[in-house]
Amino acid sequence: MSNENNSLLKPFPHRHLLGIAELSPQDISLLLERANEAVQVSRQEEKKKAVLKGRTQINLFFEASTRTQSSFELAGKRLGADVMNMSVASSSVIKGETLIDTAMTLNAMKPDLLVVRHQSAGAVELLANKVDCSVINAGDGSHEHPTQALLDALTIQRKRGKIEGLTVAICGDILHSRVARSNIILLNAMGARVRVIAPSTLLPGNVEKLGVEVFRRMEDGLKDVDVVMMLRLQRERMAGALVPSVREYFRFYGLDVDRLKIAKSDALVMHPGPMNRGVEIASEVADGPQSVIEAQVEMGVAVRMAIIETLISAGGANG
Amino acid sequence: MVKARKLMIAGGHMVDPSQGLDGPASLLISNGKIEAINKGASNIAAPEGAETIDASGKHVFPGLVDARVFVGEPGSEHRETIASASQAAAAGGVTSFIMMPETDPVIDDVSLVDFVRRAARDNAIVRVYPAAAVTKGFEGKELSEFGLLQEAGAVMLTEGKRSVRNNLTFRHALTYARDFGLTISKETVEPDLSSNGVMNEGLVATHLGLPGIPREAEIIALERDLRIAALTGGNYHAAKISTSDSAKAIADYKKQGHKVTCGISINHLTLNENDVGRYRTYLKLAPPLRSEDDRQAMIEALREGTIDIIVSSHDPHDADTKRHPFEEAAEGAIGLETLFSAAMRLYHNDEIGLARLIEAMSTRPAEIFGLPGGTLKPGSNADIAIADLDVPFVVHEEMIVSRSKNTPFEGERFSGKVLQTLVDGHIVYTATE
Repeated sequence: MSNENNSLLKPFPHRHLLGIAELSPQDISLLLERANEAVQVSRQEEKKKAVLKGRTQINLFFEASTRTQSSFELAGKRLGADVMNMSVASSSVIKGETLIDTAMTLNAMKPDLLVVRHQSAGAVELLANKVDCSVINAGDGSHEHPTQALLDALTIQRKRGKIEGLTVAICGDILHSRVARSNIILLNAMGARVRVIAPSTLLPGNVEKLGVEVFRRMEDGLKDVDVVMMLRLQRERMAGALVPSVREYFRFYGLDVDRLKIAKSDALVMHPGPMNRGVEIASEVADGPQSVIEAQVEMGVAVRMAIIETLISAGGANG
Repeated sequence: MVKARKLMIAGGHMVDPSQGLDGPASLLISNGKIEAINKGASNIAAPEGAETIDASGKHVFPGLVDARVFVGEPGSEHRETIASASQAAAAGGVTSFIMMPETDPVIDDVSLVDFVRRAARDNAIVRVYPAAAVTKGFEGKELSEFGLLQEAGAVMLTEGKRSVRNNLTFRHALTYARDFGLTISKETVEPDLSSNGVMNEGLVATHLGLPGIPREAEIIALERDLRIAALTGGNYHAAKISTSDSAKAIADYKKQGHKVTCGISINHLTLNENDVGRYRTYLKLAPPLRSEDDRQAMIEALREGTIDIIVSSHDPHDADTKRHPFEEAAEGAIGLETLFSAAMRLYHNDEIGLARLIEAMSTRPAEIFGLPGGTLKPGSNADIAIADLDVPFVVHEEMIVSRSKNTPFEGERFSGKVLQTLVDGHIVYTATE
């Protein structure tokens, strides 16, 4: 590989990764390129690099998460960083001041990177403004989950060879989904056509102005799509208030074998996990030949390695 | 091949607002469907083997479609069954009605919609369409399964006589119903303002010493509903309005292009608070009978189209729940059988034209709720009423077909009644002289 093609030499003009919205298509392409390289590292027998030896990464999760937290942990460790996990009880109400206090305390410990998940939109940005190190948003409320969108993009790109020109349907609880928001922005930036399919009670106001086509019926929205991205329906949304019942939701918005046939015959099936089998997705589909759900998990580690390395070592705008 | 069963209705004056028809015409029915209409007085020869109904001197119109009928089945079969309500309907020229889910148990589940449809199929002589509850058990908390209920055959959503108090729940309901093209039909009663009242607030109530229900109880509830309907873009139908301010609010939202419609009960077009007389409990209604000024305003609103439809609001109660002091008596009155005759009073008084009345009792409700019916266009079901507009009669309890006898028109003189009712081209009712 010549130096010209070495993605680590290209500039990444951001200190933090707070959302997809702040990234240019070039930034996204760069991260995907680096993530592709990281996939190779993870597939080697010797998975550990030493590039971040002596650096400290703190995973600060105000909201419980197994998958994302372990993915970030593994990503940091494969790069050689020291990784510390801090879970803050989700039951305790964390007020703005307390959040900032936490930030100041952690900042005093001189970490090189904070990976933060918080139940409130904007909380990660608030924290990022108070610390000296880089911050990665691992999900803030219903706002953004940039690493999920990047790993979804990497999965699509590797399976289809491109993102541009593909039609992607994002289905389900768009209203509460940070995954949907990040994906809508990223896919639009990369030239895909984005559709959302959901009952009106699970759509945010003016969603069509985000650059998506809105469908209320799976039968209409799945027609000719290349990628079907299912979203998790949160338990607390199921019972009555926004959706009458699980069985009605599955009947009208669940992805089963027959519905999947409406999409292109080789359409990819994606899900950010954890899945509710029989609620938004049938097991036959989740475990079927079109499902790339496991690949998404693998790409997750690679994408996070790429971002962590970019932000900590490759400089970015980190001063 | 079996020979088609043909029936000719000849010589009558036909009124069908769905095709702007108001004049002499004859009608050919084949195998339960309208095959052809021949406009004009000329008698066309009936096809060979066709039976003929001579409608000379009579009026022929699409069977009435009553969008608000309470039935006691399941749960209060002593008041009314689906079968007995259908008999009453047929006697009033009503060939289709929407049955309210206010039963015991409340119709909020697919299996209950199924039950109604099967009972109707097996026992009813007119078409009975189930409405389903907006929230499970009318509890105002969880939405019922709109999509599955619609698939099972529910044609409309309603919380019966109740309000959906929680604004957010109501917002979600209208939003979610919109996706399925379902209309939410709602009574407009603000529960706090109306909680103690039993009749219209005003001088009559004061004379009688009865606690009143202010007009504002309706207007506030309606205005809230309209705002949420506008917010969601949902299909909203105010089931029974009764005040001039309500009509103004509806007209305003219609003008702005929102998908709102409204109905009125025949009682509020033909009676007023003075008819309560000496504590006549059969005239204890919800909303209460209003002043004559409001009644006049309702007639005007119906004439100009602000009010879309007329319903009977048929609500059977046995004598036991009505034979009480006024304050303790149940609300509601039957009306299926007298709907047409009472409407003819408006026609004879030159208050509303015949075509507009038929439109409001047949064509328009079928349109709003997406039901077949309300038309005599070729190809449609031969659901027909034949009436004499002038025959006089006095309403007596003994002539009531409904299982409950709580008519607000006991002893009233009417001119005009339905003589014959057809469903699918079959005669389901013939008046006895």
